[in-house]
Amino acid sequence: MTHHLAPDQQLELYYWMRLTRAFDESMIAYWKQGKGIGGTFSQRGHEAISVSAAYALEPDDVIAPMHRDLGAYLLRGLSPRRIFANLLGREAGVSRGRDANLHGMGDLERNIIGFVSHLPHSLPVAVGAAMSFTYRKEPRVALTFTGDGASSTGLFHESLNLAAVQRAPIVVIVENNQYAYSTPLAQQTAVPDIAERASGYGMPGVMLDGNDVEAVYAGVREAVDRARAGDGPTLIEAKTMRMLGHAVHDGAEYVPAELLAAWEEKDPIRRYTRLLLERDVADAQELAEIDRRCEVEMLDAIEWAEQMPLPQADTVTERVYAA
Amino acid sequence: MATESLTYGFADAPEAPSADRQITYIAAISEALREEMRRNENVFVMGEDVGGGFGGAFKVTKGLADEFGDGRVMNMPLAEGGFVGAGTGMALMGLRPVIEMQFADFISSAFDIIVQFAATAHYRWDGAVPWVIRAPSDGGIRSGPFHSQNPEAWFIHTPGLKVVAPATPADAKGLLTAAIRDNNPVIYFESKPLYRSVKGYVPAGEHVTPLGQANLVRSGSDLSIITYGSQVREALTAAAALAQSGIEADVLDLRTLKPLDEEAILETARKTGKIMVVHAANQLAGLGGEIAARIAEKAFEWLDAPVCRLGGLDTPIPFSPPLEDAYRPNALKIEALARELAAY
Ligand SMILES: Cc1ncc(C[n+]2csc(CCOP(=O)(O)OP(=O)(O)O)c2C)c(N)n1
Ligand SMILES: [Mg+2]
Repeated sequence: MTHHLAPDQQLELYYWMRLTRAFDESMIAYWKQGKGIGGTFSQRGHEAISVSAAYALEPDDVIAPMHRDLGAYLLRGLSPRRIFANLLGREAGVSRGRDANLHGMGDLERNIIGFVSHLPHSLPVAVGAAMSFTYRKEPRVALTFTGDGASSTGLFHESLNLAAVQRAPIVVIVENNQYAYSTPLAQQTAVPDIAERASGYGMPGVMLDGNDVEAVYAGVREAVDRARAGDGPTLIEAKTMRMLGHAVHDGAEYVPAELLAAWEEKDPIRRYTRLLLERDVADAQELAEIDRRCEVEMLDAIEWAEQMPLPQADTVTERVYAA
Repeated sequence: MATESLTYGFADAPEAPSADRQITYIAAISEALREEMRRNENVFVMGEDVGGGFGGAFKVTKGLADEFGDGRVMNMPLAEGGFVGAGTGMALMGLRPVIEMQFADFISSAFDIIVQFAATAHYRWDGAVPWVIRAPSDGGIRSGPFHSQNPEAWFIHTPGLKVVAPATPADAKGLLTAAIRDNNPVIYFESKPLYRSVKGYVPAGEHVTPLGQANLVRSGSDLSIITYGSQVREALTAAAALAQSGIEADVLDLRTLKPLDEEAILETARKTGKIMVVHAANQLAGLGGEIAARIAEKAFEWLDAPVCRLGGLDTPIPFSPPLEDAYRPNALKIEALARELAAY
């Protein structure tokens, strides 16, 4: 591995994946109790990708996550409190009640670009952020995520072509989780490896095991370094599985049980737990302590978010325009 | 044909004409671009064919690459969604892209990014998007259904955008300067038939036409013609003909279509009590409907006749001259409707 991760870094990756999972589990339990507002998207299965991609960036780099990238938001410094408040439509939420679930969680001070529902619209915008670095000769990189379904859009093609022709310092990660809502990959594209398309744009295409947190980190880090060195964009396909429904309302009965069972064996957090124990980076008790810390953080976040006020109705027309 | 007359109607523009500063509408656009690029290194242009020595389909950006280099005059692949998206990302990072549509008609290929992403980013998470899209719009020049459109209503209907449409060289410069300096996404509809057919006084150096301010370009007490873009010239032609029959018209040039200068609209409505709204865009669900509604809501007691509208027909814009002339408002049609209104 080109980028060796020290033991404390390995534990950090473990912590962020755990926190992402704890958030996801509390969120889904909360919604199942009927207390949620609107809908929200499951994260299970995507933790290794969103966490390690964000971990591979410098603070000055720009990230444009999508709806499966809770881990990236957490890593970038949005607290579980403020994110849960966003889910509950609170004034203290990242979008101040203006947008639902993880949508609208942009924060330029943390170099986060918020997404819209329309896919893959963060992609050209992130390419533009990367082009601004070239324009200003700044040694910064942009990174964005998109889905296997979103890779079928015209804008996906337009954006990758533009990124390549501009040699933009960007890393594009396709989180191939085998489904777009109920549509399986085979009905989405006739080319099973989306990374293969990269050659059609004139950029490297990299296929990664999206459930191997260190493999994703290494692959993303290499692409980030290449972008920072002025060698242009990379298309990364990280293969994983959406382990729950598309969103909380979706039972995903259309996903074959055997498929889920096979992927359950490859659960990114369980795999990493085994690896850390094997390597003696931590013992079971130390890992359990991290798990407990994450649970406590989530209890605190939910309690805090529930106590936060909803926005005042008379602020509804504020901030449509920048001053 | 009225669209081919040269300087009509602008000799009595509000600024005193000065012989050395009579420039065309299109030159005024280029001048604003060049001056803003000199003033602020964050300002740059991007679009199809804008770079190198070519300077865009209409040559608005010609010479800019020589002065500012290719890095600030960026040729884009044929991908409006992609490069308006990229412009949005660059704007979020604090740059000020001026994005050229080759023709306004092609803005529909970037519609999604404009209305879903750029227009909502500030409301949702304080993401300011200070770009300008320059959209060469408008017809009357026999360019057919896909090189003649006036799609401003789509964008006026979109919260978070601003929309402008200059009618004179001075405002072409002043509104573009203001649009570039504004911290929001602004769509700048420039009128192709005005490009080289109109010359007028344009102040040298810094010249800003504030957004949101209409301009009363002719004063009369019998009726009001509220309009914008190339139809201002048509309205002034009509008003001159009406004056020969003793009918004096107010002509209000809106200049900014969003946000609307409601005060100016209500003021002329209350003054004359007889209002017509004219635009080259098709009439159905166009801006004229909104203006008529606001007048009905807020100046009803002052009205002496129903507010009437004149706009394009509810058809694609036809190519062949008799068909396009039937489609499109012009000075003669304005004059005819104004005579009916005056007689009401
Ligand atoms: C342009 C567009 N059409 C439809 C939708 C509705 N929609 C939301 S997510 C989704 C599936 C996306 O699949 P994929 O890109 O694979 O991402 P995933 O949800 O699997 O992570 C769809 C169809 C959308 N958001 N955008
Ligand atoms: Mg998918």
